[in-house]
Amino acid sequence: MTDTRPPHGGTPTAPLISLTDLRLTLGRGAGTVDLVRGVSLDVPQGTTVAIVGESGSGKSLTALSMMGLLPPGVTVGGGDIVFDGTPMARLTEREWQPLRGRQLSMIFQDPLSALNPCIRVGDQIAEMFRLRAGLGRREARDRAVESMVEVGIPDAERRARSYPHEFSGGMRQRVMIAMALSLQPRLLIADEPTTALDVTVQAQIMRLLVARKQARGLTMILISHDLGVVSRSADSVVVMYAGRVVESGPSREVLTRPAHPYTVGLMRSVPDRRRPGAALEAIPGQPPDPRTVPSGCAFHPRCPMARDRCRTEVPALRPVGPARASACHFADEVVGDGANLPETNDASEVSGHA
Amino acid sequence: MLRFVLKRLAQALLIILASLTVVFLVVRVAPGDPAALILGASASPSDLADLRRELGLDEPLLSQYVTFLHGVLQGDFGSSWRLGGDALANVLDRLPATLQLSACALVVTLVVGFPLGVVSARRAGSWIDRLISVPTLLGQALPSFWVGVMLILIFSRTLDVLPATADGTVASLVLPSVTLALPFLGWLARLVRNGVLEELGKDYVRTARSKGVDSRVVFYRHVVRNMMIPVVTLLGLLVGNFIANAVIIEVVFAWPGVGSLMIDSITNRDYSVVQAAIMTITVAYVLLNLLVDFLYVKLDPRLNPEHMS
Repeated sequence: MTDTRPPHGGTPTAPLISLTDLRLTLGRGAGTVDLVRGVSLDVPQGTTVAIVGESGSGKSLTALSMMGLLPPGVTVGGGDIVFDGTPMARLTEREWQPLRGRQLSMIFQDPLSALNPCIRVGDQIAEMFRLRAGLGRREARDRAVESMVEVGIPDAERRARSYPHEFSGGMRQRVMIAMALSLQPRLLIADEPTTALDVTVQAQIMRLLVARKQARGLTMILISHDLGVVSRSADSVVVMYAGRVVESGPSREVLTRPAHPYTVGLMRSVPDRRRPGAALEAIPGQPPDPRTVPSGCAFHPRCPMARDRCRTEVPALRPVGPARASACHFADEVVGDGANLPETNDASEVSGHA
Repeated sequence: MLRFVLKRLAQALLIILASLTVVFLVVRVAPGDPAALILGASASPSDLADLRRELGLDEPLLSQYVTFLHGVLQGDFGSSWRLGGDALANVLDRLPATLQLSACALVVTLVVGFPLGVVSARRAGSWIDRLISVPTLLGQALPSFWVGVMLILIFSRTLDVLPATADGTVASLVLPSVTLALPFLGWLARLVRNGVLEELGKDYVRTARSKGVDSRVVFYRHVVRNMMIPVVTLLGLLVGNFIANAVIIEVVFAWPGVGSLMIDSITNRDYSVVQAAIMTITVAYVLLNLLVDFLYVKLDPRLNPEHMS
């Protein structure tokens, strides 16, 4: 654990936010589909937990549920979200409002569409100080400029009067970060914060996020499919597949000795700088449609080591070592095979699209 | 910004010139001889020829056109043979009545149409949304002249609560402005409804919600501002319809405006007044469109030359 500051409340090991058997359901009545099927995870104070997986694994929905921002039609079908001891899964929009921005904040994948195109960026940040902190117009504006300086936007005084389309992608994401952190929230949820950015800018934004996290003693949830980013910035990793957690544990261990064939597949599809020209091994097939999740282990149709048992019996997420868990019947075998994996390219600057 | 303004003004002048040309030609191609109308059926052919010469109607079309443009440049559309006096002065005399009616109708359109659209969008799919869609669709589907006559029948003839024609009272404004507003009110309500629904699905709305501001702030500060962009664009396209409807409604309610003057002048072949009236209407159309363009740029910073990166 890299808990660097005294925790707000409870014991140092108490999670700031935890999900218990969370189910997210699309639709009502007979035709419902579970998009997230029983996810449990703990995010300890001051740590960074990464949630990784392919598109459609339910990782972004899981993140949105922690802000009460589920898209229309998707509801919490079961389980709970507990933030700092308070259950949140059944809060109303009105009850969510005071928590957002102050307790938990979120930054999104595409900062251009996430910012309002018709409002000057300074005003969009100042909104936090004016409407949430109750500051006057002038003071709110000054604080907005200050927070833009903090995230490294040059010439902030003048740039505050610009509109989002006048910024580069990286600068826009800095604006989003300034906005999300303006009220000193305790938890920051970053949903693919670098995916929409140029490769050269991605590292800068991740460095900024890590720096702000350390300066403020933030707790962070990082949603990503970029294992390079994850290995460099996350303390622990949760791997999701078809709406379930298939593996979790400290990121260094999971990414050096994965205990689930899906994690192995994700890692093999990341380019390795030390093996230039080596063929990338994509995981064969597509992630399943949530309406027709395969029987047994949802990953078995794509799994190189699938056996009869995998087709019939749903593997439980079970401990496979200190603080580690895997939902594979043959986790021990997978860990044993780890030797033939390329070492984690934790210094890699190249992003892998899993 | 200055370049944008100058460019738009130049375009506006071209539109006015083009419409003047079309009017000049249409009036002369339309059957009917002004000289015969002025002098009546008993006029002798030589009297007719004299009057035509006096009015310049015997000259070749091109030289008539040059004379016409020359006059227009000096604000001289000739004089009205029917009403006497300067044609343009006659038209401008009637302008306040038209502006009064249009302004009233515009206010009714905005004050009723906008909230209806907002309510429909916020309760999309509910019974209230469907309830609102009935009058808004009917308003668009029914022709204004028919609605005007029906309103006169109901509120003036039968109930006798409102005057049917202009009598200088505020009450006499009610029926014509409601009739004029009705189709546009429906348009606006639907535009606003669909605009809001489209904007609500966008990412910046989720961001605004993630900031924890009140849902009314999310709606009125974030959504409405963006939704106004397509609404204003489409309103710009409706300016022409609005003017055309206003002309019809002035006739139905005998409203003493530019529209009814123009129709009277057309039936009487009072060319100079027709030309002056159409010129006035064209200028109004061009000005309204300019206004919409500026509003559009004001609303959408991405189109503002000052904010082009």
